[in-house]
Amino acid sequence: MITAAHGHDGDASHEHGHIPAARMVRVRVLRQDVAGGESYWERFEVPYEPNMNVISVLQKIAALARSRDGRRVAPVAWDCSCLEEVCGSCTMLINGRTRMACSALVDRLVEEDGEEIELRPMSKFPVVRDLVVDRRRLFRSLERVKAWVPVDGSYDHGPGPRISPEEQEDAYPLAECISCGCCLEACPQFTKLEAVRREDESEADFEKRRRAAFDSGFVGAHAISQAMLFNGHPTGKMIADERLQALTAPGGIQMCGNAQNCVAVCPKRIPLTRSIARAGRAATVWAIRKLFDR
Amino acid sequence: MAHPRVLVVGGGLAGLAATMRLAELGIDVDLMSLVPVKRSHSVCAQGGINSVNALTRQQGDSEWKHLDDTVYGGDFLQHQPPVKEMTDWGPRIIDLMDRLGVPFNRTSEGFRDQRRFGGTLYKRTAFAGATTGQQLLYALDEQVRRCEVEGRVKKWEFWDFLTPVLDDSGRCRGAVCQDMVTMQFRAFPADAVVLATGGNGLIYGRSTMSMVCTGSAVSRAYRAGASYGNGEFIQVHPTAIPGADKLRLMSESARGEGGRVWVPRKPQDPRDPRQIPEAERCYFLEERYPKYGNLVPRDIATREIFDVCTTDGLSVEKDRLCVYLDLTHIPRETLDRKLGGILEIYEKFQGVDPRAVPMKIFPAVHYSMGGLWVDYERSASGGMVEGAARNQQTSIPGLYAIGECDYQYHGANRLGANSLLSCIFSGLFVAPTLAAVAGSGATSADSQGRLFEAELRRQEDRHRALLARTTGSENPYGLHQELGNLMTRTATVVRRNDQLAAAYDEVCGMEERWARCAVSDTGNWTNQNVVFTKALGDMFPIAKLILKGALLRDECRGAHFKPDFAMPGLAATDAAGKRREAEQWCDRFEANTRRWLKSTIATCAADGSPEITYQDVDTSLIPPRPRLYGLVGGEAIEEVWKERQSAAAGARESAAGRPVAAGA
Repeated sequence: MITAAHGHDGDASHEHGHIPAARMVRVRVLRQDVAGGESYWERFEVPYEPNMNVISVLQKIAALARSRDGRRVAPVAWDCSCLEEVCGSCTMLINGRTRMACSALVDRLVEEDGEEIELRPMSKFPVVRDLVVDRRRLFRSLERVKAWVPVDGSYDHGPGPRISPEEQEDAYPLAECISCGCCLEACPQFTKLEAVRREDESEADFEKRRRAAFDSGFVGAHAISQAMLFNGHPTGKMIADERLQALTAPGGIQMCGNAQNCVAVCPKRIPLTRSIARAGRAATVWAIRKLFDR
Repeated sequence: MAHPRVLVVGGGLAGLAATMRLAELGIDVDLMSLVPVKRSHSVCAQGGINSVNALTRQQGDSEWKHLDDTVYGGDFLQHQPPVKEMTDWGPRIIDLMDRLGVPFNRTSEGFRDQRRFGGTLYKRTAFAGATTGQQLLYALDEQVRRCEVEGRVKKWEFWDFLTPVLDDSGRCRGAVCQDMVTMQFRAFPADAVVLATGGNGLIYGRSTMSMVCTGSAVSRAYRAGASYGNGEFIQVHPTAIPGADKLRLMSESARGEGGRVWVPRKPQDPRDPRQIPEAERCYFLEERYPKYGNLVPRDIATREIFDVCTTDGLSVEKDRLCVYLDLTHIPRETLDRKLGGILEIYEKFQGVDPRAVPMKIFPAVHYSMGGLWVDYERSASGGMVEGAARNQQTSIPGLYAIGECDYQYHGANRLGANSLLSCIFSGLFVAPTLAAVAGSGATSADSQGRLFEAELRRQEDRHRALLARTTGSENPYGLHQELGNLMTRTATVVRRNDQLAAAYDEVCGMEERWARCAVSDTGNWTNQNVVFTKALGDMFPIAKLILKGALLRDECRGAHFKPDFAMPGLAATDAAGKRREAEQWCDRFEANTRRWLKSTIATCAADGSPEITYQDVDTSLIPPRPRLYGLVGGEAIEEVWKERQSAAAGARESAAGRPVAAGA
């Protein structure tokens, strides 16, 4: 919420010849100091600037390193990089909604939600610290569905296959997935998996156990959509069966409850439910074919 | 070491291309990055990637012309053999990326579509919507993920490269790095280390670059002894969307697809831009550069936009400098199909639809042409020898640099859509070199344990000392802002010696103040405060070499523009006067070329200040010629210049005992 710092209305005091009091942006952040630690709320207040986004608010909090009641506190940790909604780093829960912090404009948040801005880390991934979460599982899902074109190698073999403009226009939106994880955060079937390393466990053993845990969970809308992207590519489809096998394995497409939250929260407006429908049909056909091939 | 191993630092286009090809060559790779590699800054590249193609070839284009455009656009400051090798590889690289699944836009017959970019007259640029960099990066990221599954690549994401580790002979034996989550230090012995860590836009505070583009890894290599080339050449992109946290790029493709830049002829005309009639608009690029129009090279577009706002006072707004970039004459569906991604960015961050209302844009720091000095082995045909140990090697043996963080391909100014090519090219091309070095066994790092132990201790001590600094008077974020403002004011579009000299002293003062920075987070878990404070400290040595290089270079070349040393066009209007002035102009150009056509080489002295020397540029393939885009009297100068060139060629041929061709 934006307020005048000293409780005065800026414009009114200006009329009386006083210097207008600085407008402030108020934020409430759900913090956590270490992985697996307790979480707690902390409130901050930073000077308002026109056209501000949540990133510039967090930048100011970092510079200030003080809570609203004036205590010196460690700056809030958060992930960001490109600040133009294409790197996928800065996903968080802003006023309860999963979205990218860079494209969350303060003016609009205040207009829509009124109260002070609430920032929470994503709830479906283990918190590393404050607003930073560990999204390795998201990338592991891309391995599970073999989200790549299985080329022979990088040696010159001339151009790729001819592709019609319609095929390109079909594929391109799917290829725009920034791996932000919004679709997973919003999905009722995608539940949090947090593996903690045991004291007697080696790094390699822990890695193995964590991977097994990841592989038992729901693969997620982003990965299903990537599988459809590559199954639609003339070379990519050469391992279409392997992708369908992954999608019909435990944690595969059958877990999708068709809540359709994913497509609603995707910042890139990727037609995720269309991909899921296509994957469902392809998986059914594949399963039947496999039955008869035995 | 049992198996040859290479450490690649940085997972953008260059780092991923190198990693993919190294894995293919059977080399184990440790791939390190500040962010998950899929989130690297390459994703921000929008417009496209240049290469000669079947279509342009039939219109008279060739690899040689791509080379010529690149060195002419770069004002001849780059060694030509690496550029020749790169432009020769262009078609193969586009084909490879096509095979990897990049969804390039298509023609109705299913071929790759191409658009025209600045600094060329050919439609050489392949593109995937308005997110070409993202699509190219993803294709390589996918291949590297496949290598990872196959066990040939190990990723170290959220890791910070702290320093190369050199043996007593000065050879790089690996690196010491820090996990940014656990804050643990670790030694990475390697047969070779390659930096692919991108540009350093954060030295300018706000720029079009991502938050990870601090230049810290390069600065750490520089301080360890690696030379830095052409630091003063910083590209300021002509069209960016001003913002509080960053300056977001508006791709050159907006102009490539027909976007027009203009200002109202009446200063700060308060009317809605759509209500201003054509006659009252000044399309200043089209008026001044009829041949290239809105697609003049970036340095020229930037300076003209800057100039029309500052000198002519024609900025659209009074308090915030900007001009119109207008797409509203292009059909909506064409815009959505070809530029959808970038237009969405404008809409999202400005809340205005650029399909309906002209955009407001202004130049912003965008690309570092300069970077770590790297070597190359020239081939007999004027390109590079593939696999030679010198290729892309910094002045520290065993330490290599590729992508934006090397200085090699773009000279004094980079052409649009050439960076994606140089990143992928240098990544692919360095791999056989690294494989040869790593496979030779001569550089095995087995016996270097003590080196790493000593360096680990040094880094741990430095880290502990920083964590203990809780009471200093300086705030690292405030200091960063000051540095950025100073650099933007003095070392971007227009440069003056008095300002540069003063800025150098100020940066030295800021560096001293950095030592009094207080850290606000003393914890040892995901401490972003300390990581940033370290990176800030690393910005000063690079800021100093940029300023000193700019101060010493008393000329105008590419992105480096000093009005006090500009060579104005011709004033005379009569033929004889024009001729005389054109002769004088060419004399001065030749003298300037002899004096200044040299790479700036900075090395870090013991006290941290840059020592500047100059190195001749290999211009053996295409002789330097004046860059005359739109200069008044350019035709007269060109005429004199051509006469001189053919006279020189004639003299060379008669010296060689051959008759001069008639009519030459």
